[in-house]
Amino acid sequence: MREGKEWIEAKDAEAGGEDKEAREGYELIYRRTPLLVTRNRYCPGCFHSTIHKFLMEVVEELDIQEKTIGVCPVGCSVFAYEYLDVDMQEAAHGRAAAVATGIKRLHPDKVVFSYQGDGDLAAIGIAETLHACNRGENFTFVFINNGIYGMTGGQMAPTTLEGQKSTTSPYGRDIKTAGAPLKMCEIVSHFDAVAYVERVTCNTPANARKAKRALKKAFEYQIQGLGTTFIEVASNCPSQWKCTPVQSLDWLKDKVYPYYQLGVFKEPGKEKTTAQGK
Amino acid sequence: MPAKGYVGIDKEMCKGCNLCVIHCPTECLALNTSDTNSYGLHFAYLVDEEKCIACMNCGIICPDAAVTVYRMRKRKDAAGGAGANTAGTGGAGAGSRAQTGEGA
Amino acid sequence: MGEVKLMKGNEALAEAAIRAGLQAYFGYPITPQSEVIEYLAREEPKHNYVLIQAESEVAAVNMMYGSGGAGGRVMTTTSSPGFSLMQEGISYIACAQIPCVFANIVRGGPGLGTIQPSQSDYNQATKGGGHGDYNLIVLAPNSVQEMVDHCYLAFELADKYRSPAMLLSDGAIGQMMEKVMLPEPMEYKPDKPWATVGKPKTRERNILTSLYIKSETMEDKNRELQRKFQRIRENEVRYDEYKMDDAEMVITAFGLTSRVAKKAVDIGREAGLKLGMFRPITVWPYPYDRLNEIAGRKGVRFFCSVEMNAGQMVQDVKLAVCGMKPVHFYGRMGGIVPTPQEIFEVIRDISEGKEPRIKES
Repeated sequence: MREGKEWIEAKDAEAGGEDKEAREGYELIYRRTPLLVTRNRYCPGCFHSTIHKFLMEVVEELDIQEKTIGVCPVGCSVFAYEYLDVDMQEAAHGRAAAVATGIKRLHPDKVVFSYQGDGDLAAIGIAETLHACNRGENFTFVFINNGIYGMTGGQMAPTTLEGQKSTTSPYGRDIKTAGAPLKMCEIVSHFDAVAYVERVTCNTPANARKAKRALKKAFEYQIQGLGTTFIEVASNCPSQWKCTPVQSLDWLKDKVYPYYQLGVFKEPGKEKTTAQGK
Repeated sequence: MPAKGYVGIDKEMCKGCNLCVIHCPTECLALNTSDTNSYGLHFAYLVDEEKCIACMNCGIICPDAAVTVYRMRKRKDAAGGAGANTAGTGGAGAGSRAQTGEGA
Repeated sequence: MGEVKLMKGNEALAEAAIRAGLQAYFGYPITPQSEVIEYLAREEPKHNYVLIQAESEVAAVNMMYGSGGAGGRVMTTTSSPGFSLMQEGISYIACAQIPCVFANIVRGGPGLGTIQPSQSDYNQATKGGGHGDYNLIVLAPNSVQEMVDHCYLAFELADKYRSPAMLLSDGAIGQMMEKVMLPEPMEYKPDKPWATVGKPKTRERNILTSLYIKSETMEDKNRELQRKFQRIRENEVRYDEYKMDDAEMVITAFGLTSRVAKKAVDIGREAGLKLGMFRPITVWPYPYDRLNEIAGRKGVRFFCSVEMNAGQMVQDVKLAVCGMKPVHFYGRMGGIVPTPQEIFEVIRDISEGKEPRIKES
């Protein structure tokens, strides 16, 4: 990577800047990690992109690219392996927890993560999810919960909120027939073998920084062999929520966070939890 | 008086989601509504260069890692020598610390 | 040299897997094959393979995908309903080209069926089972010794072709006890540069997927797979023949019924009838060419496929025979194993121009 003045000049040229003199004496403090392979296909503003970015920044900072193996789901992130520069396996819908179990048990010294959406982890894959947690499989769940099925056109997910409209709940989710939205962090924290559970989000820079910190801690706890680590990201879906990216942040703040509370539910060495998990 | 920070946004990588624009504390970013990239999307750019404070909010919040943030070195190191506290220390937050000339 | 022991089929299979260098086994209990996982659980402290009793066969096959994809020598065993649950996973494994070994200790079906032996999963094993164009290498053992030998062979072929391979066995072979020669434990040294083990700086990342959303790419992938299956067809056909040199009436059978048919051939020969038996050992790739050759012989009058199902392998026999000679079928279902006398009488009836009658049990 070119540094310093050369880098700045090159970036200037790319960004179409002209006035080099004023740029002198600057240092680079944030740039796109090289572990992101290519421009991705996620919709503008989608937190999938943000979490992909943080995952690779964490892998870069912990210097574990050579021993990281990811498992990607069926859903919008089905092509995650095109964007993340680590060895990856594409799992069948819902089965990433089982696939990750198979990988981690064979290679306990590697860092393994599964990356799943709400249908993958909490609907079709819930048995694999719960049993992997109960067995304390030592990999990291990255759970992107945006309360809707994005890739297939906006159907209801197990985490769609009561009253929320989707193509299969056009009059709003009715919990009498569809059940209540599942709170996965709360559910998995009850397993003794699960070591670290946190629900994060990326709607503000402060929250985004916390999300990255949580992912980093999850990998660190995994490396220490402490048990299952589970990071749920309360995420957005501007496309299927039928709004702009900026508007999606409002929905998150007004509707999602009151129900899916952010915070730590369980952490090694900590008695109290910061979230009101039930 | 040059600005404390400078932001370069990769025009093609940017998808025009606007999250950086609304989270910039000094409102120095904007969406370029008169131009699009090759994907047909309006991209964000540093519209008011004097105001950037290198807080890295835009870099952190950008989903597509399209943002590069620079910060002015301390005055006495502006000549390019070893920085006293420029490389690798806590700044505006836990952003991805790029290697500088001395650290690479 | 190995050792000779009296063993139950399921346990011999487990022991063979251990000796072949098993690195991971994921399974779910189901009669009549639970002895496999039980044996592996008892032996686990002496070895260092991964053993998980998964929450379901669905989970087990996906754990296989993960471990096999990470370069491990992996196996699972199940019985018919469980094998049905694994079909999606097998399709993925076939497309991602992950070497894995399956064993289906077949029981009566359809549905929950019975725990008695059956051969009614032949079509499922050889004609797909899961969605899409793919084939499993399918070996049909007919003895406890073959459970051992085919286990080794399945691992070898799976690795050789980067393709899933399976044993199509049944509840009787799984449960019966016979003398078996166990080979020396082998030292398993994998060479799998495609495995997802964490990417070093010296190569691009390894991706295991079965998703090729662009039609042209999907077709290319399918052609690649089909070329592989063609190579397997050309190189790995195995079969066995018993008293076939001058046979006029040919019994075709696989697995358990081939043992019974062999006795029927002897009974027939004593009665002066020239019976012979043709047994495929690989039911995929099926020995069409050899059977076709036999059908062309002047002396051969007819074929009769004897199976424990409603008529599955007989379709492959008909394909092979290609109309040259009549092909008959005799089947028992529900776990009933035909007797040698019964089969002999069926062949005798056919040779006298009578329709074979199902014997009342």
